[in-house]
Parts: sequence; structure tokens; C-alpha cells
Amino acid sequence: MKPRHLLLVVYVVFLMLPLYWLLNMSFKTNEEILGAFTLFPHDFTLDNYRVIFTDASWYMGYVNSIIYVTLNTLISLSVALPAAYAFSRYTFVGDKHLFFWLLTNRMAPPAVFLLPFFQLYSSIGLFDTHIAVALAHCLFNVPLSVWILEGFMSGVPKEIDETAFVDGYGFTRFFLTIFLPMIRSGIGVTAFFCFMFSWVELLLARTLTSVNAKPIAAVMTRTVSASGMDWGVLAAAGVLTIVPGALVIWFVRNHIAKGFALGRV
Amino acid sequence: MARIELAHLAHSYLGKPAEEGDYALRPTSHVWEDGVAYALLGPSGCGKTTLLNIMSGLLRPTSGRVLFDGRDVTDLPTEDRNIAQVFQFPVVYDTMSVFDNLAFPLRNRKTPEAEIRSRIEEVAEILDLASCLRQRAGTLASDARQKISMGRGLVRTDVSAILFDEPLTVIDPHLKNSLRRKLGEVHRESRLTLIYVTHDQTEALTFADRVVVMHEGEIVQADTPQALFERPAHTFVGHFVGSPGMNFLSCEVDGGCAVVDGRRIRLADDTAMDGAKQGDRWELGVRPMFLELVFERPTEGVPVRITHVEDLGSSKIVTATTGGGNLKVRVGGEEEIRDGSAWVVFPPEQSLLYRNSRLCGKSAAGQP
Amino acid sequence: MKTENNRAWFLVLPVFALVAFSAIVPLMTVVNYSVQDIFGPDDRVFVGAEWYREILQDDRLQQGLLRQFVFSFAILLIEIPLGIAVALAMPRRGRLASLTLVVLALPLLIPWNVVGTIWQIFGRADIGLGGVLVTALGVDYNYAANPFDAWATVLVMDVWHWTSLVALLCFSGLKAIPDAYYQAAKIDGASAWAVFRFVQLPKLKNVLLIAVLLRFMDSFMIYSEPFVLTGGGPGNSTTFLSQTLARLAVGQFDLGPAAAFSLIYFLIILLFCWLFYTTMMQLGRGSQQ
Repeated sequence: MKPRHLLLVVYVVFLMLPLYWLLNMSFKTNEEILGAFTLFPHDFTLDNYRVIFTDASWYMGYVNSIIYVTLNTLISLSVALPAAYAFSRYTFVGDKHLFFWLLTNRMAPPAVFLLPFFQLYSSIGLFDTHIAVALAHCLFNVPLSVWILEGFMSGVPKEIDETAFVDGYGFTRFFLTIFLPMIRSGIGVTAFFCFMFSWVELLLARTLTSVNAKPIAAVMTRTVSASGMDWGVLAAAGVLTIVPGALVIWFVRNHIAKGFALGRV
Repeated sequence: MARIELAHLAHSYLGKPAEEGDYALRPTSHVWEDGVAYALLGPSGCGKTTLLNIMSGLLRPTSGRVLFDGRDVTDLPTEDRNIAQVFQFPVVYDTMSVFDNLAFPLRNRKTPEAEIRSRIEEVAEILDLASCLRQRAGTLASDARQKISMGRGLVRTDVSAILFDEPLTVIDPHLKNSLRRKLGEVHRESRLTLIYVTHDQTEALTFADRVVVMHEGEIVQADTPQALFERPAHTFVGHFVGSPGMNFLSCEVDGGCAVVDGRRIRLADDTAMDGAKQGDRWELGVRPMFLELVFERPTEGVPVRITHVEDLGSSKIVTATTGGGNLKVRVGGEEEIRDGSAWVVFPPEQSLLYRNSRLCGKSAAGQP
Repeated sequence: MKTENNRAWFLVLPVFALVAFSAIVPLMTVVNYSVQDIFGPDDRVFVGAEWYREILQDDRLQQGLLRQFVFSFAILLIEIPLGIAVALAMPRRGRLASLTLVVLALPLLIPWNVVGTIWQIFGRADIGLGGVLVTALGVDYNYAANPFDAWATVLVMDVWHWTSLVALLCFSGLKAIPDAYYQAAKIDGASAWAVFRFVQLPKLKNVLLIAVLLRFMDSFMIYSEPFVLTGGGPGNSTTFLSQTLARLAVGQFDLGPAAAFSLIYFLIILLFCWLFYTTMMQLGRGSQQ
């Protein structure tokens, strides 16, 4: 084996070990976790998962997360698509400043916006709703989407647009029936990134929700109780937060390489 | 410089080639003589690049050997073969200056710096790059970039051969001619072995001492441009070289003559059909410029019907139909052509017989 | 060429409205707070630059800033070279390539606090595999009690979490290099190092810029992972800027100082992103057509 392949193997093992440990613990009882150090569950149990799937306050966390992540992806894509088209095709007053300003929002620490967001959404009555979290996540997902989509759209020759307009297509019809299908891999990649960044974010999601829209990541902090940590359930909940991401990656695996280039290599 | 011998070379891109069609390069043996400028001619996808990459060591052949001056180099990696190759699209090291680009292959081989300098000055002069040696290669236009790619091949003095893989694709037409001429000059001065891949017959015929024609993964003829024109070894060569291509009429054979549409045509070589077997497919081939079109009934000739005349100014291309198929005849530009019926006379010296697409008889001797 | 068309603004309007709503309004609130002292809903006093002066002299900010810089530069120094090396080692084609991609992308899709949880468990010397292994090597390891161990754990956790992003970016950059470049380098007799230096690295310039920017800003904003893992401790040893800010704003409700802090924080990130951007463009100038 060449040294560079060894590096890859070591790195993959390094990535997998903590995940394996989480999975391992999720199938153990708390007694086994705390009592003996075992490399695989001797006393295999699904109880930890049963707790999560039978308790509404647990599984609704997943439902809430999925709802606001989906909402955010839809909102981000639908506003970013026309904007990215404008940036990739036209120059207009203030375009460069606007583009740069959009990107600076990706650089804003969410912690900065905690309090203002809390007040803003409380004052308009959106506190503890899915839409509030979805809108808040637009802060970083919309600029990112515009940026990624602009890269993909710039790769489509302008002649396509001109030909379509000459052929008598209106803008809307051209955009929906000709242009969008041409950049569908770009749209897929953008959706992937929106999903990813919205799914993994906790700080804003937790601040803007209390009960009805509480994300799973926030529910997990519950396992600390007076009787000590419920390690098994915590591990099972952790495993379940990885599943949606893993599914999404599996579906886009053939586009990942292109996607990470963001259409710009 | 070296004599490059390919012995029973074959290559397939599939892991386990089962039938002939799986091979990009069918079993081929060929010798590239030292110091000759070759053109490797063939349509896209005929295996030219595969053959080149095997010689330079970028590909390992599925079977067969490659020998440089009798030394087996089949298992040697590219960098130990001492061979230069220029690709279809320009490859330059963007971050280096033009000078450093040209120096790169020499520096990698630890050539003394003074020698590098003088070699680069020479090559830059030939390629017209002298004025931009200090510039960053990444900032140049694509034809200049391709000149750099070619330059990196030409600076090396000790190479066994330089392989050019359609290097002028991205170059402007008027620059193409001058660059090709320069390559020719370089070759005459240095007597390098050059192998120049192209699918353009004019490029091949004007550039090379010998032309090697490939078709469906096989070398079908390796010869001088003239022989390629006068004695195509394969019907493919007849079609591919010359414009319009050679005429081929399917025929039967009888006692030293070809029989087309019931009429006997005398051949250049009356032993051509020796060894004929049942089921052989025969074709009569003749170049359009050798045919004669007459409107009075000749003693020997095939009656035709003129269907189309194309005026090229200095000459005319006449399309005529016979019972055996269409014929093209090249006639002088001033000749009056009447529509309707006429006769075509086949000159015996230039009427060649092909069995199963291959030239047969004495005239085919010496072909691979 | 792009055509000039001011009606394009209509296409941008939805984005503008949305981002203005979630950025400008809150940002104005922050600016507002940063120059006022607020006692109640209707009881506020304009204090000018008072909060800025206070926060700039505050030990917590200065120490947090120092920690933050050390952390961000440390992870850039580890993750960028490691990510490049991993990308170079990845198989380019076939089933194995897809599998490697999926495995590498996995940590990126784990919620950030769960990353903290995973390492919290993994690093414990009593029940975690990692902690047990390190202890077995004879190291007295406890990330909850020893600042050095806590730092090391946070660093390793971030490398675990984010190196894949750098690797995937570089991998896609490498995939975009045509085979002819490698072939030409072989013909020219280039060493493996020369291939990396003159063929691969120049082509990676764009993706590396993205990688450095993303890793810098995200590590500078890091919050959830160390918060779950160590809670900022032991002491304040792993309290990074976001956590300091969250404590100030939500914990102590010191709105004025928190707002001033926020703006300074934001400006630092902008400044450094700009610095990275211009430096890297300067370094690679002319390497693009």
C-alpha cells in the first residue's frame, strides 16, 4: 500500500470511530454503558430507540426540524433562483454592492442576531413557529444559494436565452421550462447545501422556539436530568439525527464532487 | 533517436476483451524508422491516440511489446522512455513563465543551466516565442499556449521520438501552415523521428515523408504520400485519401479482367485474382482523375448516365451512374459536359482490384 | 458579456426584501442598542461610544479574541494541509470513490451540538473509546478538568468535523484537472512534488480560497460544539467569542455592551475575510486567464 492510501485509511478510521461508538452505545443499556467498558453491546437492546419513537416530545423534535428545514430550502431556492439569474445575466445599478452585501451576511455570527431575532419574531407573533426558524436560517442560506446558483447559471451560454426569446418565449415560460431544467444539478446541489446548513444549526433554532417548533437538537439537551445522564437515549437520538443527512448524501453521492466545486472550477 | 518497433501490439480499454470489437487497437506490428517524419492519419476514434499513448508509455498495452532500438521498453514508465509528446489541447504550467515552461522538461532531467538557456533561445526563435519568454504562461492566448506545449517537446535534444497528437487543432488556419512548415524545417535540420497524428489528409500529405493510415484499430497502409494516392492498399485508404475519394465498383473476375455490369475491364495486374476463393468480395478501384469520359462510343468502355456536375473552376467533378454503382470522374474545367448518356474508359494501368477490401496482386507487394 | 438592464432589480427584489428583513432590521436594532443604555421599554439614554469603550477594555473580550484567533489559525493550519492530503489520496473513479465521498461527507451533516455530544461521549475516560485509548497510552487525560486536554479535544473535534469540507472541495478541484495535464507532466519527467506544485496546486487555488474563507468564518463563529462538549470550561479556557457574546446578551441581558460586542465581532470577521481574499488573489494573480 502506498503511504497516501494509508493516510486515507487512517483518516476514514478516525472519522468512523466516534460514530461507531455512538452507534454502539445506542444499543446498550445504561447499566452496561456505565458498568463495563465493552467494544460492542453484550446486552443488545432497542429500548433507547423505543423511548424516542413512543414519546411525542422526542419524535416531534425530528418532525419540527424536518418541517423548518424543508420550508427553508423551498424559500431559499424560490427567491434565490430569479436573483441568481439577474446576477449572472445583467448588470444593474448597485449589482456588485448588493452581491457583496449578500455574502457578508454569510459571515455574520448567528450569536450577533440572537437577541434582535428573538425580539423581532416575538413582536410579529411568529415566535415558536416553524416559519420563524425557516426565515432566520435564510440569513445564511439565501446568500449561499444565490452564490452557488450564480456559478451554475454563468456556465449556461447566454445564446440559449436569446434563442428562446427570439422563438417567442416569454420570460416566465422560458425560465421555468427551458432554463431551470438545464441547471437542475445546480438546483440539487443548492438544495443539498440549504438542507445541510439548516439541519445542523442549533443556536438560532433553539432561541426562536420553545415548545411547538422545538428542534430535535434542542430536545436532546433534555437528557440531563436529576438522575444523571441517560446516555443510551442520548446516543440513540444522536444516531437518529445522522440518518436524514446520511440519506440525503446517499441520494446526491454522484453529484457531490461537482457540487462541492459550486460550479466554479 | 531510435528505431521504434511495435510487435503484435493490441490494446483494449475493457478489462476482459472477448471479441475483436472490444479492441481499440487490434493486433498490430509496425516499425518507425529512425529520423523519418511520419504522419499517422485516420478518422476520429480509429485508435491513433491509443497507439501514441502506448508508445509514450501513458498506456500499457493489453498484449505485445514496444522496442526502442531493440530494447524492450513495454514495462518502462513514461519518464524513463525519453520520448516527447504534444497533446491536442494546450497543456501549460500556468503559474510558470514561458521560459520556465520550456525549461521544465530539461530541468527535471538535470540538464546544465547554460545548455537549457541556449536550447530555449533556439526553440523560442523557431516558434516565435522569443518576445514573451518572461511572461506568465497562464496569461497567453490559446495558440501561444499550444506553441509552448510544442516547445516543451522540441527543446529536448535526446528524445527517441516526438509524438504530436493533432497539435494544431486550436491554432488559427493561417498560423497552422507556418507552424507546420516550421516543424518540417526542424525535422530536416535535426533528423528527429516525428510522428504526427492528424485526421486531415492535406496536413498528413504535405508534412510527412511517410504516411501511416489507421482504420478501426488497425494500420492498413504505411507508405509515401504518392503510393497512398496511386496504390491504396485498402479500400478505406482509397476513400479517405484524395478528394473526391477513389471510385469502387463491385465486380466479378474472369480471366485477368474485372467484369462490371457485363463489361470486361482490363486490369493493371492480371495475376491479381490468383488464389481467389469462393465467396470473396471483389471491387474495382480507380481514382476519378484517371477515368476518361467520352461521348462517342469507344472500343472499350462502360456506358453511364450523367446525373450531376459540380464545377470547381479549374476542374469539374462529374457524377455518373453505371449498373455497378456511382462513379465520380474529374475532367478539365473547360470541358463541355452534356447531360444524358456517355461512356467511361478505364485506363488499365490505374485500374486496381480489391479482394475483401484489400488490394491484391503484384502492386500490393511490400504492403503490410 | 452581460447586458445592462435595471429591470433586473425586480428579479433581485425578493432576495433583497427577505435578507433585509432578516439582516437589516436586526442589525439596526443592534446598532441602536450599542449606543444607548436601556433601563426599560420607554426608559433609555443615549450614551454614544461608551459601550464600545467599555467592551474594548474588557478582559473577557480581549482574552476571548486571543483564544479565538489562536483557535481559528490552529485549525486552518491543520485542516487545510490535511484536507489537501486526503483529497490527493482519494480514489478518483468507481464505486470506491462514491463510497469515500459519502463517508467523508457524513460529519458535515451532523447537527453541530450532536457533534459536541458525540465527542463528549467519545472523549470520556470512563465510557468513551477515545478517552479510554488515550488513558491506556499512559496519558492522564480529562477534558473536563484539564484546560490543555479540553483544548486538544476541541481541536481534534473540529478537525474531525470539518476537514472533510476542505477535502471535498479540493477533491472536486482535482477532478476538474484534465488527464492531459498529468500525462504532459509525465512526459516532461516531473516528480510527484513538481506535479503537485505546478499542476495541482494552481488549479486548486479557487477552491482553496473558498475553503479558507469558509473555515475561517465558521471557526470564528464556533458555538455549539464546544458549548456542548466543555461548556466553555474548565474555567474559561474554551470559551470562544460566540459563547462570550451569548452569555453577555442572553445570560446577563447586558444589551448595550452585547450589541457593541456584536458589531466589533462582525467587523473583525469581515476584515479578515477581506484580508484572506485579497492576499490569495494577490498570490495567484495571473495564474488565471
